[in-house]
Amino acid sequence: MEERTDKRPSRFRYALLAAPFVAMLAVPSYNRIDPQLAGVPFFYWYQLLWIGLGALLLALVRRAERRRNDPS
Amino acid sequence: MNADPAAIAVFLGLCLLVTALGFVAARWRRGDLDHLHEWGLGGRRFGAIVTWFLLGGDLYTAYTFVAVPALMFGAGAMGFFAVPYTVLVYPILFAVFPRLWSVAHKHGYVTVADFVRGRFGSGALALAVAATGIFATMPYIALQLVGMEAVIAGLGIPMTFVIGDLAIPDAPLLIAFAALAAYTYNSGLRAPALIAIVKDGLLYVTVVAAIVVIPAELGGYGKIFASVDSKSLLLPPAGAGNLGAQSAYATLALGSALALLLYPHSITGLLSSASRDAVKRNAVFLPAYSLALAAIALLGYMAIAAGVKSAPEYAAGFAGFGNNFAVPALFLKSFPAWFVGVAFAAIAIGALVPAAIMSIACANLFTRNIYREYIRSDCSPKQESSVAKLASLVVKLGALIFIVELPMKYAINLQLLGGVWIIQTFPAVALGLYTRKLHPNALLFGWASGIAAGTWMAAQSGFKPIYELVVLGTSVPCYAALSSLVLNLAVTLTLCAVFALVAPKPAHDSTLAEDYV
Repeated sequence: MEERTDKRPSRFRYALLAAPFVAMLAVPSYNRIDPQLAGVPFFYWYQLLWIGLGALLLALVRRAERRRNDPS
Repeated sequence: MNADPAAIAVFLGLCLLVTALGFVAARWRRGDLDHLHEWGLGGRRFGAIVTWFLLGGDLYTAYTFVAVPALMFGAGAMGFFAVPYTVLVYPILFAVFPRLWSVAHKHGYVTVADFVRGRFGSGALALAVAATGIFATMPYIALQLVGMEAVIAGLGIPMTFVIGDLAIPDAPLLIAFAALAAYTYNSGLRAPALIAIVKDGLLYVTVVAAIVVIPAELGGYGKIFASVDSKSLLLPPAGAGNLGAQSAYATLALGSALALLLYPHSITGLLSSASRDAVKRNAVFLPAYSLALAAIALLGYMAIAAGVKSAPEYAAGFAGFGNNFAVPALFLKSFPAWFVGVAFAAIAIGALVPAAIMSIACANLFTRNIYREYIRSDCSPKQESSVAKLASLVVKLGALIFIVELPMKYAINLQLLGGVWIIQTFPAVALGLYTRKLHPNALLFGWASGIAAGTWMAAQSGFKPIYELVVLGTSVPCYAALSSLVLNLAVTLTLCAVFALVAPKPAHDSTLAEDYV
């Protein structure tokens, strides 16, 4: 239920907000060493990457909402 | 440990600066501090940027910044759960909590229990939510002192001051808390908001310096990861009939994310923002703190690579604070003295900001949902504000006595239980933001069963967060907060169905659907 927001929740927005949950809770998908990035194991840089991806997804959803509420 | 005058001078200078700021804050965006929403919510006037500093200083506490690298230092990959945890917090903040901001703004709610009272018309449920918030937060305030104690000891400042024949134990903590209590009483939420700006500046400078300077000294990130025991670099894979550490990792991340925003200090920070969009913008920009947290988590590995544990000069610190001393020791080893002062000030001030907000949040709950509800329902706004100021003092005094008189282990155990307890308000608060159909008594029974089961599970596992469930013959280690929340939801929904058959729910909802958007 945490994915529903404003008056008209869209399926697309629902999917964007759910994506971090799917990615982060699927622990076996990233519990490995390779591929390494500059000596950093995958486990670590992949989760770090998701901090940025998560913020990016929220920025996209926010922009879409603002466009719809204020079509100018 | 040897006291370095340069480090101590910089440290004390920064601490004095923020204390002065705490008092000056009363004049900032001036309002009538004799009203609870002015003292306890900063007049709901903080824009997106101030809210960013305030929430950042509030959610990412000093204890987090000390305990997470300590866990990495001691246990390896499991400690990194803090990263997925903070990734999951922000979609929840973005989707759910603007609704709380809107309804609170419309109806003048100061606490989340105010909202539950209005939504479900049940004094008992509101009291349960308020009491849960207060009890979950108190040990959290006490734990903020742990980080502070570790850096004070790291600077070589004695913990006991001797004046003539009188020995005062824990004197630096007493002084810090007296200052904190005085400016919180005086300025309310404006004090931590203003201090948070300085503290976060110090924090980011420290983090950037740490991730640049320390790896360079240690020979790069490859060397740092190579120095960590290869067995603890990843989570052990699932075995036959046991999902193992990976399910512990995932449930810790999800459960912690669901619990975090329900804490009174989170709600207080959210409700103090001036607009609904400020909440949404913060969900987008607060992850910058998660990057800082991830960097700080990796300091645990840098401390391993730097070999601080075997260095004799830090033995006393590790003896006193365990792995919580890993990061202070790493800073002492890697930074010039004056910068140690800056970094330690970031940790110590980082303890004061959330401690102030937590005590204000508890004070708001006590005043609104216990004092005004059950003791004096006709109190004037000025009386309400005075009671809150006094309550904030009592809460801090309680936390101080706790940490000075009892072993630190109690505070850690109780903070763990606090997470298990606060998540039990999820159905009433988060589901309540979407539907009025839940019966308050069903929510109350669900809450009680969640609290009882969660506390029992935590006690059974010796106050470790993970309790092993057995599902269809497979052993599933699960964060006790999450499994007890599932029970809570099951009880709530079942009883809602039963109550709906027996008697229709009386309509007490004083909010309207359009109040939430």
